[in-house]
Amino acid sequence: MFVARDVLRDIYREAAINRQRVVVAAVIVVVALVLLGYRYYDLQIVDYQQFLTQSERNRVRLEAIPPTRGLIVDRAGRLLANNEPTHALAVVIERVEDEAALFEQLKSLITISEDDLERFSDRRRRRRPYDPVPLKLQLTDEEMAVIGVHRHHLPGVTLEARLTRSYPYGGLLSHVLGYVGRINEREASTIDPENYRGTLHLGKVGLERRYEDELHGLVGSQNIEANAHGRVLRVLERQAPRDGDQLTLYLDLELQRVAAEALGDQRGAVVALDPRDGGILALYSNPGFDPNLFVNGISQSDYAGLRDSPDTPLLNRTVQGQYPPGSTIKPMLGLAGLELNLVEPDTAIPDPGWYTLPGDSRRYRDWILRIRGRGHADEVDLKMAIAQSCDVYYYDLARRMGIDAIAEALAPFGLGEKTQIDITSEQQGILPSTAWKRSRMGQPWYPGETLSVGIGQGYMLATPVQLAQAVMVVANRGTSFRPALVRQVGETTVAPVPRPAVVADESHWAAVIAGMMDVVHHERGTAASIAKGLSYTIAGKTGTSQVIGIAQDDVYDEEEIAERHRNHGWFVAFAPVDEPRIVVVVLAENGGGSSAAYPVARRVLDAWMEDLSDV
Amino acid sequence: MSDYDRNLPGHDRDFARAIPIAQLLHLDVWLLLPVLLVICGGLFVLYSASDGSTATLMRQLRNFAIASVAMAVAAQISVDQYRRWAPALYLVGLALLVAVVFFGVGAKGAQRWLSLGFIRFQPSELMKLAMPLMVAWWYTKYGVPPRPIPLLGSLCLVLLPAACIVIQPDLGTSLLVAASGLFVVFIAGISVWYLLAAVGLVSISAWPAWMYLLKDYQRQRILTLFDPESDRLGAGWNIIQSKTAIGSGGWSGKGWLQGTQSHLDFLPESQTDFIIAVLAEEFGLRGVLILLLGYALIVARGFWIGFTAQTTFARLVASSITMTFFVYIFVNIGMVAGVLPVVGVPLPLVSFGGTSIVTLMLGFGVLMAISTEKKMITQ
Repeated sequence: MFVARDVLRDIYREAAINRQRVVVAAVIVVVALVLLGYRYYDLQIVDYQQFLTQSERNRVRLEAIPPTRGLIVDRAGRLLANNEPTHALAVVIERVEDEAALFEQLKSLITISEDDLERFSDRRRRRRPYDPVPLKLQLTDEEMAVIGVHRHHLPGVTLEARLTRSYPYGGLLSHVLGYVGRINEREASTIDPENYRGTLHLGKVGLERRYEDELHGLVGSQNIEANAHGRVLRVLERQAPRDGDQLTLYLDLELQRVAAEALGDQRGAVVALDPRDGGILALYSNPGFDPNLFVNGISQSDYAGLRDSPDTPLLNRTVQGQYPPGSTIKPMLGLAGLELNLVEPDTAIPDPGWYTLPGDSRRYRDWILRIRGRGHADEVDLKMAIAQSCDVYYYDLARRMGIDAIAEALAPFGLGEKTQIDITSEQQGILPSTAWKRSRMGQPWYPGETLSVGIGQGYMLATPVQLAQAVMVVANRGTSFRPALVRQVGETTVAPVPRPAVVADESHWAAVIAGMMDVVHHERGTAASIAKGLSYTIAGKTGTSQVIGIAQDDVYDEEEIAERHRNHGWFVAFAPVDEPRIVVVVLAENGGGSSAAYPVARRVLDAWMEDLSDV
Repeated sequence: MSDYDRNLPGHDRDFARAIPIAQLLHLDVWLLLPVLLVICGGLFVLYSASDGSTATLMRQLRNFAIASVAMAVAAQISVDQYRRWAPALYLVGLALLVAVVFFGVGAKGAQRWLSLGFIRFQPSELMKLAMPLMVAWWYTKYGVPPRPIPLLGSLCLVLLPAACIVIQPDLGTSLLVAASGLFVVFIAGISVWYLLAAVGLVSISAWPAWMYLLKDYQRQRILTLFDPESDRLGAGWNIIQSKTAIGSGGWSGKGWLQGTQSHLDFLPESQTDFIIAVLAEEFGLRGVLILLLGYALIVARGFWIGFTAQTTFARLVASSITMTFFVYIFVNIGMVAGVLPVVGVPLPLVSFGGTSIVTLMLGFGVLMAISTEKKMITQ
């Protein structure tokens, strides 16, 4: 080998070398220990506060407690919109190491749609990284169990119990309540982000939207201690949320049901209100839809089906549907004629079944002409003109009034402007005048158009709820209230809002109402067929409005006209005549005529007068 | 009886008798006491780190029991036996390391274990002891201070097993095993000029090593060390959380079992590599300093045994074991505090784990064999 052992060994020199090196090593160790000590001093003493804060932030987090959405009940306290407990799967982003892998893992356990993932990525942008972001709402019991079992190797995944809106009566009340839906991107920028931190849903239409602030309430918060996996260990401090207010409606669920059953398959609308306070007793638009579909995101195909259906189920006909009011305006117009001294109650005019403007050969036909080949009678006065819906009488009156006086007379009844009923999407209809036509169409007004307006046709449009309000004015002989669905918010009663009274001579009211009574109670009244077996009095008015213009000499033939071009049928009424307790408006869309409407009104009136009305 | 005994103040007879008994069992009391101190303190920390798991505590106690027996047995073997068996031990260790490369079983992407059917163990642990023994044997044979050719030979002895461990891959252990051999070279009195040259060479070769030798995860570890904030939820998470745990402990700590970072699972590996963060959080800087003092006592005693040992072989082995022990401490404590890369080294005597404890205690057994033999010679 290199050197023979023991030959050159100097054991004392070797020991000296070794010992010297051990001393060097010991010095190095001391220096290293001092460095370590200094490092810990630096972390634990110098930066103590910073790290303490950091560890507190780790440990404690502020979590929003969403308020419970207010319930909606009918006048008898029956639950119309409920909150049902469901479980949602949520993910705390901060705790997830590999998101893609987690989603794959979750997908292997439960079904998670692309929709869910998309919404998740939308939502997470608005949340803080330590807030749980919902991934899938409304887990089934089975899914809950699966997640529960696997949760220990799904870090960052939490199950959240929350309340989800449900509408037990589905389509019956879809147009009244509207629905809540998940907050979308556009809405997210308009709501108060603090107050909605724990909230997923927002009222989209109907009462849910109109009373969103009241129903939502105020968010609460809690300081919770959570571990690294996002699991809450204990609550340190809690500020309770203020739950949303309950809405108590004027609406009567049973009356609503009667209205729906009476209308049956007929497209159309029923509005019933109490003329004493304007409270809506029933507000039904057919067809409706299942609002529960919208709560957690409606599927594309479901939505397309609703949107594209020719029956327009998403249209709330009671406030959004604008139709020519037809003869239903005749009582109001008659009152105006009386007030303007253009007619007296007993003024009678000859009725050949048609009317011509002076110096014009064009015949404006009465509807009766097609049926009887002549007018209603040799001479027609106001009462008969209302009871039998004589067009000739109103052609003459309208011509004498002129379009602007008509508009002026009908405006106080609320036609042509929103009633401001407490629901969304209300339309205002059209009350035409020369000014309106000039600004809208840039054309002058033609005298013939006045005659059309005189029988509620032409440019004139009204919504069922507008007509209900107008009828309320007649029923109360001048006074009225803004139609309202909500009677009580929480414990606070909402005071009825009176409208400006329509002032008219008492005898004029009496004359008009007498005509309306004859509509039902006179044997030749247009709705005389519903008089049978009545235990109370009804004042009403029928109406038939054309969907398409019928050429002057064409004969209207129901059979030949496509269903959607058939006339709309109206019936407006109040009862009992002396002390009105209910106003009903029925629209039968393409029902052919008022005969499709007044039987519906009778059933609603019967139900209210005989069974349901508490006073 | 020795002079030492008679000079004890107060003539405490029980205590005076304890030493000869310990000596008879070849136990070094002044090494044993701080070791037991650290172990006992460590058990408290482990109990907390395991969220009060008595089962974990019992398993750790079992580990210590086995390790203590191993230590006691190792202490009975004469230094000369160690010297004679060193080459054989080394060769067996090397053979097993080579076997791991081909037949090893893996965990977390690394092949470190060798399965013998009924038992699995890490040959790299064996090498931690065989390495200093072998290099010491080498210099006993070829003389101290090292001359160039034996020096090259000893470097080969060091690099061969280190290379086997690196490809497992286990960079941390590989470096520690290499260090235990290199410390022998250092104690043997390698020229300062060689040392400087080596440092220069390592610096120059660091770049190609970075480029070609290191795996992605190792590079990532080093990168996040310099800037843990860059990857808050990924690789930087561990360091941020452990620094937060340590820092939030302050001077006096949050109290035993009260550490929020560890008990709420923010702290990774809290029972093993990062256990000092639990100590720092719950017992504060106070606790850390006491632990460092305990380690300092062990290291001081180790160096003393190396300093006073009678033979070159004994001095080399004792000093190397002591230095290696300290390197474990330094690397672990530094790594958890974010000044050294996270290389996966447990905290000696405190971290939960069987193999590392047995290796450590075997090392102490060798130290005791050296120290008691020296005393017997003195007598």
